[in-house]
Amino acid sequence: MSVAQAPVPLLEVIDLSRTFGSGANMVRAVDHVSFTVQPGEIVAIVGESGSGKTTLGRLLLRLLDPTSGQIRLHGRDVTTLRGHNELKGYWQKVQAVFQDPFAAFNQFYTVGHVLGKALNVLDKPPSRAERLQRTEAALREVGLDPADVMNKWPHQLSGGQVQRVMIARALIVGPELLIADESTSMCDASLRVTVLNLLLDLRKNHNMSILFITHDLGQAYYVSDRVLVMYRGQLVEQGPVEHVLLHPQHDYTKRLMSDVPLLRGREGITAEPN
Amino acid sequence: MRIKDVYAVYAVGAGPVVKAVDGVSLSVAEGEVLGIAGESGCGKSTLAAVISLTARPPLYIKGGEIELDGRVIQLSEQTKASPDWHGRMVALLPQRALNSLNPTARIRDFVVDVMQAHNAALPRQEVIARARERLEQLSLPAWALDSYPHQLSGGMRQRVVAAVSTLLDPKVLIADEPTSALDVSSQKQLVTLLKALLERKFISRIIFITHDIPVLSNIADRIAVMYAGKVVEVGETEQIVKAPQHPYTSALIKATLDPEPAVRQQRIEGIPGAPPDLRRPPSGCRFHPRCPLVMEHCTRDEPPVVGTPDRFAACWWVAEHSLDEEVLGGTR
Repeated sequence: MSVAQAPVPLLEVIDLSRTFGSGANMVRAVDHVSFTVQPGEIVAIVGESGSGKTTLGRLLLRLLDPTSGQIRLHGRDVTTLRGHNELKGYWQKVQAVFQDPFAAFNQFYTVGHVLGKALNVLDKPPSRAERLQRTEAALREVGLDPADVMNKWPHQLSGGQVQRVMIARALIVGPELLIADESTSMCDASLRVTVLNLLLDLRKNHNMSILFITHDLGQAYYVSDRVLVMYRGQLVEQGPVEHVLLHPQHDYTKRLMSDVPLLRGREGITAEPN
Repeated sequence: MRIKDVYAVYAVGAGPVVKAVDGVSLSVAEGEVLGIAGESGCGKSTLAAVISLTARPPLYIKGGEIELDGRVIQLSEQTKASPDWHGRMVALLPQRALNSLNPTARIRDFVVDVMQAHNAALPRQEVIARARERLEQLSLPAWALDSYPHQLSGGMRQRVVAAVSTLLDPKVLIADEPTSALDVSSQKQLVTLLKALLERKFISRIIFITHDIPVLSNIADRIAVMYAGKVVEVGETEQIVKAPQHPYTSALIKATLDPEPAVRQQRIEGIPGAPPDLRRPPSGCRFHPRCPLVMEHCTRDEPPVVGTPDRFAACWWVAEHSLDEEVLGGTR
């Protein structure tokens, strides 16, 4: 377990920007964004489609180079890392789960093969026996029976099982930060809760930090400690989840909140407009 | 509108068929929104394909009856839609409707194509004028017609497709997961648009299919809950949301995450397991392997239907504990 009150945050994002195109057609997908993530913290990034949430996620994974700004992990600048060899160390600590698990899963690989390959990101590829042992441990962690799923192909699994395998794939290298980009959007309501509970358990058992990207305020409210609200590439509001969602300050957050369909109508929300 | 005893199967190769819709009967009154809820793989979209008569192999309609606006259609594998069925009687708004636009044509050209497919003699200018008028009546920007699809946001495209697909004033609009690709703000705007279509009587009724019960509770008058190809509970939206009877319905409702304080104070549980393989559905009640209230005869015998056609639950537990006669509306 890591230290509870770390002097340096796990992840520090400083004035990060990414633009696409140039001149009059320039789009500021991520516009001077700054925030931190502490060890063991679950931070949600919420916003509508096109607000830059996914671009931010890709920047943080170093799949996309920023136009300006810095990303620091444990206080060390990682924006200068280039190429697979330099980034390998970063990906041991930062892993991701994406929206569509079927698209992320090679159709011709079995579950065991996908998980085994994920270990290639380690500095020293482990032995066959260790691969197997770590693969089985990761599958058990997400509530799957290794004997049952190890040799299956994705088409033989349900949507919920495939998404669990993708979470196991991210877990297997023992990351400190998991970036979950709309990873429950394609699930139906019941499955969604199951996956969210799995994320909460990972935090509890491994003190893992999670950056949870979503457009669904209900999910953000359920899992996260802090919320960052993104609008047109900028962070317009951030703070503890109760505060931001029940007492929104920015007009955009207020609108987002009032657009959420509620099961039992609006009276459940206690926020005073202020 | 009434559908009765609808059966449909997916058949591939020699193996057992998948009974995706297994004896479904429902009714939708004029001016009403009927919601159909359930997890993925419960037969909701298959039912939409059957009712809209867009079923194609490997989906085969095995039987049933549709009555719409005085017209009765006996369903069989050979059932073909009459020329005026699509568009004038039934319009289907699928999940990815926003991607059904032609990316290389302006929206107005797409509208002309669609309308001339129904009536080749319609003059182009008349079609465009009509579409423009309709968009204005629905408070949508008429300039959208002059745009290419990529110039519009996903939510706007979905709304434009909804407006265009109902230009012929169909008797029923079947909206199959119309909001699940959209963010919350666009979802709300689409729901508002569908309500406006109904209020202005451009359409007579809506069948709204989704797994998202909070969305349904904001638009549906009544909700039918489907599980493994069967309707397991029907009731008015308020009855379903506040007093669900079937254990499956309660589990679905308990799994919803409203952003309100109660949600954070407890651990919410999903339904364990997954919907069954419909090639070999479980014996007895199809929900029994996942049901928290399962009893011995649930595993053997089909559950009884408790209640009236407008408010029922198909469940052994409800049958034996149905103290709530008023909720279920009386007759066993």
